[in-house]
Amino acid sequence: MDWITTVDHKKIAILYLWAGGLFFGIGGIEAILIRIQLIKPMNTFLDAQTFNELITMHGTTMIFLGVMPVIFALMNAVIPLQIGARDVAFPFLNSLGFWTFLFGGLLLNLSWVMGGAPDAGWTAYTPLSGKGYSPSHGVDFYTIGLQIAGLGTLIGGINFLATIITMRAPGMSFMRMPMFAWATFITSAIILFAFPAVTVGLVLLTFDRILDANFFNVDGGGNPVLWQHIFWIFGHPEVYILILPAFGIISEVIPTFSRKRLFGYSSMVFATILIAFLGFMVWAHHMFTTGLGPVANALFSVSTMLIAVPTGIKIFNWLFTMWGGQVRFTTPNLFAAGFIPTFTMGGVTGVMLASAPADFQFHDTYFVVAHFHYVIVGGLVLGLFAGLHYWWPKMFGRMLSESLGKWTFWTFIIGFHLTFFVQHFLGLMGMQRRVFTYLPNQQFDTLNLVSTVGAFLMGVGMIIFLVNVFLTSRRPADAPEDPWEDGRTLEWTIPSPPPEYNFKQTPLVRGLDAFWKEKMAGHKAMTPAEPIGPIHMPSATILPFLMSVGIFIAGLGFMFSRDEFSSSMMSFLFNNYIVTALGLLITFGSMLMRSLFDDHGWHIEPEELEGGEQR
Amino acid sequence: MTTAHAEAADGTLPHEPEKATLEGRNKVLAFWLFLGGEAVLFGTLFATFLALRNQTNEGPSAAELFHLPLVAAATFLLLVSSLTSVFAIQAMHRGNVAQLRNWLVVTVLLGLAFLILEIYEFSVYIRHEEFGMTTSAFSSAFYTLVGFHGAHVAFGILWISVLIGQLLYKGLTVVTAPKIYVSAMYWHFIDVVWVFIFTVVYLLGKVG
Ligand code: HEM
Ligand SMILES: [Cu+2]
Repeated sequence: MDWITTVDHKKIAILYLWAGGLFFGIGGIEAILIRIQLIKPMNTFLDAQTFNELITMHGTTMIFLGVMPVIFALMNAVIPLQIGARDVAFPFLNSLGFWTFLFGGLLLNLSWVMGGAPDAGWTAYTPLSGKGYSPSHGVDFYTIGLQIAGLGTLIGGINFLATIITMRAPGMSFMRMPMFAWATFITSAIILFAFPAVTVGLVLLTFDRILDANFFNVDGGGNPVLWQHIFWIFGHPEVYILILPAFGIISEVIPTFSRKRLFGYSSMVFATILIAFLGFMVWAHHMFTTGLGPVANALFSVSTMLIAVPTGIKIFNWLFTMWGGQVRFTTPNLFAAGFIPTFTMGGVTGVMLASAPADFQFHDTYFVVAHFHYVIVGGLVLGLFAGLHYWWPKMFGRMLSESLGKWTFWTFIIGFHLTFFVQHFLGLMGMQRRVFTYLPNQQFDTLNLVSTVGAFLMGVGMIIFLVNVFLTSRRPADAPEDPWEDGRTLEWTIPSPPPEYNFKQTPLVRGLDAFWKEKMAGHKAMTPAEPIGPIHMPSATILPFLMSVGIFIAGLGFMFSRDEFSSSMMSFLFNNYIVTALGLLITFGSMLMRSLFDDHGWHIEPEELEGGEQR
Repeated sequence: MTTAHAEAADGTLPHEPEKATLEGRNKVLAFWLFLGGEAVLFGTLFATFLALRNQTNEGPSAAELFHLPLVAAATFLLLVSSLTSVFAIQAMHRGNVAQLRNWLVVTVLLGLAFLILEIYEFSVYIRHEEFGMTTSAFSSAFYTLVGFHGAHVAFGILWISVLIGQLLYKGLTVVTAPKIYVSAMYWHFIDVVWVFIFTVVYLLGKVG
């Protein structure tokens, strides 16, 4: 109950982590099934339809439901601490964002047990995703589930933007903000400007499928390429929503374990901003083969290659940070160090793909699959592992085991390269993506076997991580405030895990790497910016949960509103939009409650602060 | 946060009560951000409409369909309602709760009148022109863009009505003031979107 009603950003972080872990697990099992099917030519382990459902759900789940919430988990756990805030700007919305995300994800995954998962690829290209080619409810689960989950992401993004703009501690100017906070800020801005586009895209596709509208239906005058434009004008920025937080994490971990400040801090900030900006200009590099014409292809080709410049700046800055530093290869830093070459390889194939004539060869082959896994898994997932190992003691008060951590790293990264490195060659040799099997003796056999073995090894790495988490959770929570001893930023100045109110007194920030600055001046703690006084806290509430349940019910109701049911009762309820209305009633009712009854919150008095916080 | 719910000690409100607390300022800021997202949302809908506006699939075209005097009347109502919501905020800044309430009521009524005209317009198209959601890509784009705007108006009407209720029940405080202020921002935004709809959908449809 406590967990359902909490508005504490640190608990919401843990909720995001659990939910993300759950979906990541589901997506991982889907990946393993895909790889088992492809282990040998003409395999009959899965049929074509199931395979299509699996690749669709694997991509969709991993991107929207697997890694996004883990990113949000770290942001929620760390951002208020890093900027010296007691809370996020909107604790209520924070909780609402989580619950809508979770119920959207659940709705999407319900498709497995309710008559078939979406099968049109995670990009849901029309007309494949239209009723003609995909008559089951699968794609409806996709459009409506993602719509609901996307709502949560948007809410989270706005909340982080407002938090970072208004809640920074005194002295923390933008140019003194830790890189992870910068990454969160820019990522949230991308979310704000990219997600509404996919919101519209999903609405249009829903209308085509459920209300027989004609947006993408050529017979009615519609235009299928329109979907691709809308999808990728969201989809390309989305990949930066995924990778910029990883960049932020790496920029925290490397300086800490090099005992050096980040090289080229301001160029890092501007590179981040530039990447975000360019990210919105290049969407059509996913559509070179659609027939946009040579002029458009050339423009999008060049603008895409431009992104390599700020990205290169970042890579060199990380290397220069390590250069001459006192580098310690703890587990987080191992992951960070592994990130750099792996991500770079993904970047290089990205530039290859950005060349439009070459892309005509690479498109829809395993070369593309290799490319995006190098960036998403080799980049983001390694980054998330670095961040999780790094901040775990702050989130849970317990250090993860270093030796198990190193086992996780080596099995995962070796498995990763085994799985995806060979896929470059499969692609160059002409193996198409999204086909459920291939003929023998096309020189695809061995490489596919290698790839599958690698996938299992990555699975082993994941299991070692879970074992580490499990064993750690049984040990006493005794992590010190600054467990890595070289912490540079504000989160390391307060207990692990932090008390509900984060900071007893808001700290005064006197420079970049605020804590390090004080350490260098010989101080053990931050100088407070305010006297000890009562702290105002928001109260827990069930309303965000109820609002999300309402949306979930409304979504289901709308989805089945044109179905034939065997029971007349069901037909009556669904076909007259009664279920939909009921769901909306719950949501709007909860909103009304929120509006009528003010949340005055409560106060923690100074006397409680003195004793309660010491450990 | 400490002063989040505090009111001025003598019970009077500050000049700009919506910005008197951190919570209020956060709310106004976040609402600006939200409107940025809404702008992308409507931008995408406009782009879709522009891409499909000539795809009539042998159904009625914009030039055959639209009846400008009716739309102009609706436009007039909505523009005036934006003005009255400005009056409401001015009354709030003067601390005049009765005037604030009255102007909000007028705003809601004008919004309602606009909505009724729109529903009437749609019903004429559907019943007499056989122009429904499924007729053509143009019709789908038209109903989705204009309907989305209409849904925003409907939501705004409900929202401001709740706020009027809240005002009667709780009075003007540093908690209710930001909500009223933000709802006025929303209302202006809807109005601006409508100006674009009037131009891009109706005027361009008639002449272009
Ligand atoms: C255990 C690790 C993973 C394995 C073994 C794996 C395997 C695969 C395979 C074999 C495909 C190709 C399906 C096809 O196009 O025929 C694929 C597609 C894809 N994967 Fe992964 N994957 C893994 C992790 C991830 C992660 C962590 C993400 C995202 C963060 C991800 C995102 C995607 C996406 C977006 C696609 C494209 C799906 C589509 O084209 O429909 N994968 N994966
Ligand atoms: Cu891209």
